[in-house]
Amino acid sequence: MTAETNDPGLPIAAGGQASLRPLLEWLARRAEPVAIGLVAILIGLALFSLFILAIGKSPVTLFQLMYTGGFGSWFSIQNSLSRAAPLLLTALCVALPARLGLVIIGAEGAVVLGGVAAAASAMPFVGVVPPIMLFVFMAIAAMVVGGIWIGFAGFLRHYRGVNETISSLLLAYIAIALMNQFVEGLLRDPASLNKPSTKPLPKEYMLGHIPGMDVHWGLVIGVLACILSWVLIEITSFGFAARIAGGNVRAAQIQGLPVGKLIVGFTAIAGGFAGLAGMIEVAAVQGSANASLAAGYGYTGILVAFLARHNPLAIIPVAILLGGIAASGGLIQRRMGLPDATVLVLQGTLFIVILFCETFYGRFKIFNPDLWKRS
Amino acid sequence: MEDTGIGLWGVPLAIFAGAIRVSTPFIFVSLGETITERSGRINLGLEGTLVFGAMTAYAVAVMTGSPTLGVLAAMATGAIFGTIHGWICKWPKVNDIAIGIAMMQFGLGLAFFLGKSFIQPVAPKLPSIPLGGWSATPQVQAALNINVLFFIGAALALFLWWAFRNTRIGLILRVVGDSTDAARAMGISPDRVRLLATAAGGSLAAIGGAYLSLYYPGSWNEGISSGQGLMAVALVIFARWNPIGCFLAALLFGGAGALGPALQSVGVTQGYYLFYAAPYVLTLIILIATSSPTRSLAGAPGALSLTK
Repeated sequence: MTAETNDPGLPIAAGGQASLRPLLEWLARRAEPVAIGLVAILIGLALFSLFILAIGKSPVTLFQLMYTGGFGSWFSIQNSLSRAAPLLLTALCVALPARLGLVIIGAEGAVVLGGVAAAASAMPFVGVVPPIMLFVFMAIAAMVVGGIWIGFAGFLRHYRGVNETISSLLLAYIAIALMNQFVEGLLRDPASLNKPSTKPLPKEYMLGHIPGMDVHWGLVIGVLACILSWVLIEITSFGFAARIAGGNVRAAQIQGLPVGKLIVGFTAIAGGFAGLAGMIEVAAVQGSANASLAAGYGYTGILVAFLARHNPLAIIPVAILLGGIAASGGLIQRRMGLPDATVLVLQGTLFIVILFCETFYGRFKIFNPDLWKRS
Repeated sequence: MEDTGIGLWGVPLAIFAGAIRVSTPFIFVSLGETITERSGRINLGLEGTLVFGAMTAYAVAVMTGSPTLGVLAAMATGAIFGTIHGWICKWPKVNDIAIGIAMMQFGLGLAFFLGKSFIQPVAPKLPSIPLGGWSATPQVQAALNINVLFFIGAALALFLWWAFRNTRIGLILRVVGDSTDAARAMGISPDRVRLLATAAGGSLAAIGGAYLSLYYPGSWNEGISSGQGLMAVALVIFARWNPIGCFLAALLFGGAGALGPALQSVGVTQGYYLFYAAPYVLTLIILIATSSPTRSLAGAPGALSLTK
């Protein structure tokens, strides 16, 4: 019935076909981002292959190694999943504000300060409270600090008109300087000589592995965060209001939506997730806060979010894919003698091509059911 | 504290010398970004262009023995990066800010990839002009040993300031930047002007990179840039798209960047990392002070997505 109202030109006699139509329409609309995304990845891989050919190496060998290193064995799959865990959270830090039309690229700052806050908040409680309580304290501290950091960029955007892309990046540089100051000064463990760090967490206070896997709990936390974010954006009225404000700020203001609160709220939640990534790095990987926190997760997260078109559920497979590419970097370096920056070149190429392919949205009639019967 | 002979006077002198030394890359990147933004585009990828320019200049200088050829090669690669950015952004629905972020990651990755084998060799440095011959104090002489590129940058700032007002090309650039429709009505192709403006901007940013690797700090490694390419974008906003303003703001930033090392040289080591953050904090404070949520910035090109 709905199909017939959508398209009055459809002959009533073809009732059987008409009932299929809503399904086809749904499929067509859903297929557009998937098809364009896949084509973009293929173009990106083709360009990258040309580059590898140009320097005299075999792209076939490279892609085989990439598969082996990222997903070829249970060991490499676990490695990829471990690397995907922080990316899930830093990608959310880009994707949530993006739904409001903001381009935040300073997740790295929230990661490092979240890590420092987690390590600092753990200090007085190690040996006093049970590990699970300690993790809760660390997570809260990291999320609050990360939330304030990115929320500040959102605040400046709305209340002062400061471009959030630039301010969030400046804040990231400031955060890294603050982290260095803390781990080399106030919070430094005198026992850490070569690599200034905070006091390491005892083994029993480390966030362990998922049972049966060599992957830490950060992966579960990241996946849960993605699902929660999806619910927040797609189902709650808070998320609905945010999507309206992202589409048209003026319209949202006329509707009486609290745009300022939405922007600060969403950026703060986003920063909280990135801060949580820092806490996981400290509690599950490093054991202490040190300069390794600034490992670039915040920057790879930007790529993940754009690849996933800022859809929190799509972030999960994309983060695992990019985690796999990152995991294969060592193997490529050893077997083919290529520099570790190979992965960065591939990521950059993919990123550019994917953004370029945004221009193809809406150009193909097959994805737009409204145009099907007109020609 | 080492015996400098001039005591605490060393601090302002070091800040002055540092302002000149550190500011040169800022001058070139911000002038390049001014040209691009005046045409109505924003290129956030100049950080990648800068680092790639630093790598190219260093590699070419190592291979040919000529730092001048290095700078020219860097300019060429910068123009290529700018052209790619400009070409991609002419397509509908493509976001110039996001493409800039992608170009930044791509440029950094490619520079690290191709530059891996040039971390060890030593390249010849760019020449500098000793202006301190009148003084007997070695610190003053060192501070007044100023690189040629600094003077070229200063002259370029003056020239651009004049050219934006008084030349046909400057007028075309401003028309395109202020209103795409007005430019079309005049028979100008906005896409072509923006592509050329982005290419010119990229080529200038690459000179900034060449200065980093061939003069100060004068080596090539993966940490060569500390965000100069990005801070220059903020600096252009602060300078209100005015080339002379860019030059002065670059000096201010250079001075802020030299604060940490200058204090360290006289024995102040507490809070060293906080002084290191001074240029970023300064940029942020300036941005907050000069932006407004209700009106668009004075002097901003009308077609610029940054200020909308």
